[in-house]
Amino acid sequence: MLANASTQENGPSLLLRGLRKSFADVVAVDGLDLEVKRGECFGLLGPNGAGKTTTIEICEGLTPPDAGTVELLGLNWATGGDQLRQRTGIQLQETQFPDKLTVDETLRLFRSFFRRGLSIDESIRTAQLEEKRHARVGTLSGGQKQRLAMACALVGDPELLFLDEPTTGLDPQARRNLWDLVDGLKQSGRTIILTTHYMDEAERLCDRVAIMDHGRLIALDSPEQLIASLGGEHIVEFSISGNDGNRGLLDAAFLTGITGVMSHRVDAGLHQLSVRQLHTTVPLIFAALAAQGLHLSDFRTHSATLEDVFVGLTGRNLRDE
Amino acid sequence: MSKLERSSLYQLTMVRFRLFLREPEAIFWIFVFPVLLAVGLGLAFRNRPPDVLQVGATTAQLASALAADKGLTTTTISEPEGAHALAAGKILLLAIQTPDGVAYEYDDTNPDARTARMVVDRAVQTAAGRRESVPVQNRLVRETGSRYIDFVVPGLLGMNLMGSAIWGMGFSIVESRQKKLLKRLVASPMPRWQYLASYLLARLSMLVIEVVGFLGFAWLVFGVPFRGSLWQLGFLCVLTSLAFSAVGLLVASRAKTMEAASGLMNLVMLPMWILSGVFFSASRFPAVIQPVVRALPLTAAIDALRGNMLQGLNLWQLTTQMAILLTWLVVAFTISLRIFRWR
Repeated sequence: MLANASTQENGPSLLLRGLRKSFADVVAVDGLDLEVKRGECFGLLGPNGAGKTTTIEICEGLTPPDAGTVELLGLNWATGGDQLRQRTGIQLQETQFPDKLTVDETLRLFRSFFRRGLSIDESIRTAQLEEKRHARVGTLSGGQKQRLAMACALVGDPELLFLDEPTTGLDPQARRNLWDLVDGLKQSGRTIILTTHYMDEAERLCDRVAIMDHGRLIALDSPEQLIASLGGEHIVEFSISGNDGNRGLLDAAFLTGITGVMSHRVDAGLHQLSVRQLHTTVPLIFAALAAQGLHLSDFRTHSATLEDVFVGLTGRNLRDE
Repeated sequence: MSKLERSSLYQLTMVRFRLFLREPEAIFWIFVFPVLLAVGLGLAFRNRPPDVLQVGATTAQLASALAADKGLTTTTISEPEGAHALAAGKILLLAIQTPDGVAYEYDDTNPDARTARMVVDRAVQTAAGRRESVPVQNRLVRETGSRYIDFVVPGLLGMNLMGSAIWGMGFSIVESRQKKLLKRLVASPMPRWQYLASYLLARLSMLVIEVVGFLGFAWLVFGVPFRGSLWQLGFLCVLTSLAFSAVGLLVASRAKTMEAASGLMNLVMLPMWILSGVFFSASRFPAVIQPVVRALPLTAAIDALRGNMLQGLNLWQLTTQMAILLTWLVVAFTISLRIFRWR
């Protein structure tokens, strides 16, 4: 009994084993294993249709899995459903709260479902909605509505918080506001599991990310480690013009042969090299191309991001979907 | 927060009230429209005093003979002027004194003129000394309760109870489902039964305003009779409203869009508006379809309401109607709980 209690305290917040779910003939989640530690901010990343929302809805107890086990805070939905609902906070992708209720009334409603939790004042303050407290939901901006959804998720003072695409459809300013809000929640020691298809969001917020594609996990690590796994921290992108006959000569072996180039891929005529140090490698690239009699028509560099990790793993851009 | 404010059932019910009261159209359809309809029908079908027929007579003696009949207003008028008044429709009939008797000038295609011809002739003959060969008595029936307005008020009440229950349940539930609010609510610790219970609680509270307002108006303005017991009338209203709430819940239990729900609701309500005897007696429909007409919840509701208000029947005499309503309530509610889609 004591041992059990201590596992509940120190064990993982979320444990998924062999999770599977199909809709008709589409496999949404295809054998997923995952473990999220207490107090961690964990990101589920992937393009639209990767199975993120299905996974998170299975975790939230909204969708039963076809196979596999789900354990949250040491409990499962079949036997501990009531307790889990009291201890988790949920923000769904597309909830529209009634337009004609005020922020205050909406929060009072959600607060009444929980045995313990934040006061209405506190949750309004956390979500920075003080000025909109008595405004109707219909008059709120997209960012304010999303913060209200967060406030509703927080009002039960949850140990585990699920955020499904919290910033989709928001303008950059509203996104940054919401990120600050999530930062604040991380400080208070809650476990946060969020899905996103914005790589910058995951890099900014998450301690660890799992990259999903076609219902499977294709990478799992901290954002820094994932980027480091590319081999280089910088990405050099260029395309070449003129001398069409020579284009074929510019093969991967030639480019990766340049000192300091860690990997190469080409996408629609745009070459991408991952590079460890720009200042030493770029001159070598220029020299090598010039020696081949090739002219650059475009040349850019940027720091490697999770986007590059995804491209490196799948050969596809996130936004292609 | 007080203990009441912490109760989720209270909060859910308050949400229903707030959303309803902040929807002006809903208030109009549920509270104002039935009153307007009753006023309109009351005016159109008001019982006028018996019409007095305008006639002319060419001599004062003839005119005084006609004046003896209360159904006639007689003017003494010369023959050419009388012909003119007749052509202009100011009088229906002109009685002309002729040397050998009386001549009537009138348009025999006009029913009122034909009536005037009979009334005038009776007055002329009576004045000349004719006696009826068979003694007759006239017994006039003009009491409240047999007027059209008395008939139509329970019908409108039943129709309103149906409309407010079905629209009230159907629209808000389907809207919540379409906007994914229902899904968000079931992901929270909200007890699911409280969600449905909040609808019923709000409905029953609004029912009081709705019924008392409408019937109070009908009583004050039209003097519509209440011959049965008032608490039994209240009970019938509650039963009716619950039965239609169950039907509304059934309609709303699967529909994913407002358009689908709207179509379904009209499909359910339209036949009852026509068949259930709101504006005229349902017994006018052919005997073949009578079993169907009788089984409809609105027919049962209106029959029961009319039985209570107009005939003064008690609940024991209305068991058939109550059994029909109760069956709809139980069957529709059971099925909806089985098939209800929470997301």
